Amino acid sequence: MEHTTLIDELKSNKIRELLEQGQRIDGRSFDEHRPLSIEVGVIPKAEGSARVHLGNTEVVTGVKVQPDRPFPDMGDKGIFICTAEILPLAHPSAEPGPPSPDVIELARVVDRGIRESGMVDLSQLVLVKDKSVIGIFADNSVIDHDGNLFDACSYASTAAILSTKIPKWEMKDDVPVKVEGQESDAPITTIPVSVTMGRIGDHIIVDPNGDEWSCLDARITITTNSDGNICALQKGGHDGFTFEQLTKCGEISTSIGAKIRETIKQSKQGGQ
Amino acid sequence: MILGGKVSDVVLLDENGIRCDGRKIDEPRRIMIKAGVLKNADGSAYIEFGENKILAGVFGPRDVHPKHMANTDTGILRCRYHMSPFSVTERKNPAPSRREIEISKVLKEALEPAVILEKFPRTAVDIYIEVLQADGGSRCAALAAASVALADAGIPMRDMVSACAAGKVADTIVLDINNEEDQSGQADMPVGYMPNMEKITLIQLDGILTQDEYKKCVQTAIEGCKLVYKLQKKALNEKFFSNGGNA
Repeated sequence: MEHTTLIDELKSNKIRELLEQGQRIDGRSFDEHRPLSIEVGVIPKAEGSARVHLGNTEVVTGVKVQPDRPFPDMGDKGIFICTAEILPLAHPSAEPGPPSPDVIELARVVDRGIRESGMVDLSQLVLVKDKSVIGIFADNSVIDHDGNLFDACSYASTAAILSTKIPKWEMKDDVPVKVEGQESDAPITTIPVSVTMGRIGDHIIVDPNGDEWSCLDARITITTNSDGNICALQKGGHDGFTFEQLTKCGEISTSIGAKIRETIKQSKQGGQ
Repeated sequence: MILGGKVSDVVLLDENGIRCDGRKIDEPRRIMIKAGVLKNADGSAYIEFGENKILAGVFGPRDVHPKHMANTDTGILRCRYHMSPFSVTERKNPAPSRREIEISKVLKEALEPAVILEKFPRTAVDIYIEVLQADGGSRCAALAAASVALADAGIPMRDMVSACAAGKVADTIVLDINNEEDQSGQADMPVGYMPNMEKITLIQLDGILTQDEYKKCVQTAIEGCKLVYKLQKKALNEKFFSNGGNA
């Protein structure tokens, strides 16, 4: 539950005061994200993995690849599922137990960004149409929470998927059997990048940190693909945006997204 | 096809600019809103939006249970969006799905900017939305109904929240996506909008749009919201100012 202390209130006032002067509490410019580092291949038992630091927010993502039954209405496509969990060790407010609406939203927004971009060509992951397909499961574990989990999880999932090796399966007596020693890269078509922006008063800030996150009026997460087109979007928070603010956020998501895409691409080479 | 759509044999937009259900690109589906349809709720509304049939009931401001949820500075808003098991073709498990939990949260956050709860500290306003029959755009229809139900309950509000979706079908931006267009189209963008404060309080997007298409899509949805707003006002007018009604 949200208990605001006097310190929180003073901090919130300070953040707003600084924004009026064109400054942010950690010295960044309004459209500057925190330092981003991505390391891939951190969990060798997973077919793909990544560890992301976005400022003091830290996420570990593992990708497991295994045969599964297709969704009933999508027999000619493989499965992609992305989940997220804020581990209890990540923040004093995080508790074990069933996921809160916030965490469900987090997982669904990260999933939607990657899914709607068509990043993984799922039509290449079919073993037997309508019977057996390959499933890609990207599970995000937040291990340190300092705001903007949307982007941290999104970058970690994307980097982990890029690093994923898909094993080979052959059908024997209607059962998929793994062929040892044969694997291929995941069929990648584009690299989606989400950019989360917060609004405090009339100011739009990119990648709010934990302190800023707690005093946002509204936030928006926009995911763009490698062509710079928008492929998913989600507004949150207890207030709204004007049309002009939304237009501006759309433009920022493309320009900042392009820079972050390069960082994600480099992480792929660096880790291998 | 990879980009945002599924291969389909339905003609979504013909050469005359007519959509699969006979509508023009800027034409909404049939919309009917009625305020004050429930006896026990403090406020209520029923909406038919295309094939959607949705009820919204509002209770409060009232005591908060569990008590630890109460806020000493302001009243709180709670929202439950729920689909009846019989609302869709294949029976839906009645337990709330992850989708419904997300929509509940998104709708709550879309209504919060409009309601004035500071005058009711330590209380809750509960909004219960039941989708009796679902069609494309159910969250927008639900939002429009919930907003009317809040007004019907006499909750102080800064503005109405109207809602309508726009999307991309056959490379064209169209108003109010139906189920077919949602399944086979290229993009779906539900929008919630406060028409007098000119503020967007709900926006989501599935599917790929260029920057220009994105702007046009938001503008198209806003025009749809303005149409819905007229019908929301009409519903409240009919309840409170018509002699023939049983209000």
